[in-house]
Amino acid sequence: MASYETVIGLEVHCQLQTHSKAFSPDSAAFGARPNHHVDPVSLGHPGTLPVLNRRVVDFAVRLGLATHSRIAPRSVLARKHYFYPDLPKGYQISQFEDPICTGGYVDIGRRIRLTRIHIEEDAGKSLHDQDPESTLLDLNRCGVPLLEIVTEPDLRSAREASLFLQKVRQLVRYLGISDGNMEEGSLRCDANVSIRKASRAPLGVKTEIKNMNSFRHVERAIEYEVARQVCVAKAGGTTREQTMLWDPIRQETRPMRSKEQAHDYRYFPDPDLPPIVVTPEACAAIKATLPELPDARHTRYVTDLGLPAYDAGVLTDERPLADYFEAVLAALLALDGAPGVHACAKAASNLVMGDVLRALKANPSAGFPVSAQRLASLAHLRMSGAISSSGVQELFMLMMTQKGTAKEIAMRHNLLQVSDDAALIPVVAQVLAANPMQVEQYRSGKKSIIGFFIGQVMHGFEGSADPKRVRVLLSKALDSPAP
Amino acid sequence: MTVSVEQVRYIARLARLAFSPEEERELAEEMSAILGYMQTLDELDTSDVMPMTHVLDLAGVVREDVVQPSITAEEALRNAPDSCGDYFRVPKVID
Repeated sequence: MASYETVIGLEVHCQLQTHSKAFSPDSAAFGARPNHHVDPVSLGHPGTLPVLNRRVVDFAVRLGLATHSRIAPRSVLARKHYFYPDLPKGYQISQFEDPICTGGYVDIGRRIRLTRIHIEEDAGKSLHDQDPESTLLDLNRCGVPLLEIVTEPDLRSAREASLFLQKVRQLVRYLGISDGNMEEGSLRCDANVSIRKASRAPLGVKTEIKNMNSFRHVERAIEYEVARQVCVAKAGGTTREQTMLWDPIRQETRPMRSKEQAHDYRYFPDPDLPPIVVTPEACAAIKATLPELPDARHTRYVTDLGLPAYDAGVLTDERPLADYFEAVLAALLALDGAPGVHACAKAASNLVMGDVLRALKANPSAGFPVSAQRLASLAHLRMSGAISSSGVQELFMLMMTQKGTAKEIAMRHNLLQVSDDAALIPVVAQVLAANPMQVEQYRSGKKSIIGFFIGQVMHGFEGSADPKRVRVLLSKALDSPAP
Repeated sequence: MTVSVEQVRYIARLARLAFSPEEERELAEEMSAILGYMQTLDELDTSDVMPMTHVLDLAGVVREDVVQPSITAEEALRNAPDSCGDYFRVPKVID
C-alpha cells in the first residue's frame, strides 16, 4: 500500500432545517406519516409554480461565509433530469453552471479546498422491501432543501475523509442550518476514490462510493475501496470508472448495476425560477449574525484561557456545551476570591468535561443537569480546597437532585474538608511528636514515609482533611532543620 | 450540423419516447434543420454578452419560510394509478 497515494474527493449532502420546503409551502419536518407532507408542487403536478424559500438562500450564504467561499451575487437554479419513481417531476431542481458558493475551504489540520456549495432539492423515499411485486413511495422528502458541498480531490486518507465530514457536521450545527444527523440522513456523503503511484502523477481512474450513513462507514468503505483498487493495480489490471455501493453488513463495496448508471442529466436553467440574487448588503447582514465558529473558539480557549488543546477540542465540539462552559466561567470569575482566568478556566473545564459530560451522556435528553451559576459555586469550593476530588463527584450528584449552592449542600451532607492551616498545623505537630522513629527515617532519606504521616493526620480528622494541604504542611515541618 | 438517427434514438431513450424508423428519420432531418438555423447566430461575436438564462427580467424572487396547509394524503393519492395504505405504489424498480 505504501507505494500508492490515495486521492479522495467528497460530495456531502446536508439537509437544511427549514420549516417549509425549498420551493413550496408544505412542511419539511422529518418523521411525518408517509405522504402527509406533500403538495402539488412537491408532487410535480403540471401547471404548478415553484417559488424559492428565502431561508434556503440565507442558509447557503451562512455556510458559504463560514467556509470562506465566494458568494455569487447572482446564481442560477437548473433542472437535472433523470427518471426514478421517487422523483415525480422527472427532474431535480439543483444548480449547475452558476452555483451560489465557490472556492471556499475547510481546515482539518490541512486545508481542504471546496469546489462549490450549491442549493438543491431532495427526492422522495422508495421502499423496495415491503412488497415483493412493487415499490412503495413516500414523497414527504420531495422538495426538502439540501446544500451539496463538493471538495477538490484534496483528501489523502479514509481518516481525513471522516475528519472532514465531522468538521462539516460541527460547522452546520454551529451555524444552526442543519442537525447534521447521519443516521436520519440529514448528512449524506458520496466519495470519489482513486489511487496513484506518486503524489505528482495524474489522477487515477476513480470510483464513486455511495450509501455510507455513518462516519465509521465512510472510513471503512473508503479503506476497503482503496485496498481493492491497489489489489487490481498490483495484479496489472485497471480500475473501471463505476459507482460502488457500500454494503455495511458484508463490509465491502460492490458495483451498482450498470443499468442504474450512465447518466446524461441534460441540465438547463429552470425557466420557472428566476436567478437567485444575493446583494452585498444581504451578505453583510448575514455575516453579522454568524456565531463565533469552532476554530476561532478553539484558538481563543488555548491562547486566552490557557486551556490545553485537548480541553479546547472537547469543549468547542458542540456549540451548546461551549456556551455552557463560558457561562460557568463567567459566573466563577464573578465570585469573590476567584483566582486568575487560567486557573478558573481549568477548574470549570475539569468539571464540565468530567461530571457534566458524564451526566449528559447518561441522560442526553435531560439537558444540562446543574445550572452554570451553581456549577461555578462547585468549582469555587473545589479551588478553595474545601472539598476533596472524590467529594466533588459526590457533591455534583447531590446537586443534580437538591436545591442550594454547592457549599450549602456540602455542609448539609458533611462533605467539607479541613484545609485551614489553623486547624491542620496542631495535628501535624502532634503526629510528628508521636512518631520520632519515622521522623528520623524521613530525615535520613526515606522520603516515601511521608505517606504514613499523611495517613495519620487524615485519621485525626476522620478523613475529612485536605490531603494536598496536609502534605504541604508535613513537608514543610519535616524538611526544616530538627529543633 | 446534422443530427444522426443514432442521436435521435439516444435522446428519445433519455426522454422515454419511442418512435418508428420513419419518425426517427423525419426527426433527424427536422432537428438538423433547426440546429442549422441556429448556426446563423455563430456569425455574431457574443463574447461580451452574458448568457441569457431567463426570458423575463426578474431576479431574486423568494417567499418567506412559512408552512401553509396543503392537500391531504388522500387527495395526493387519489390521482395515482395505484396506492397501498399511505404509500404510492409503482412497479418494482430494482430486484
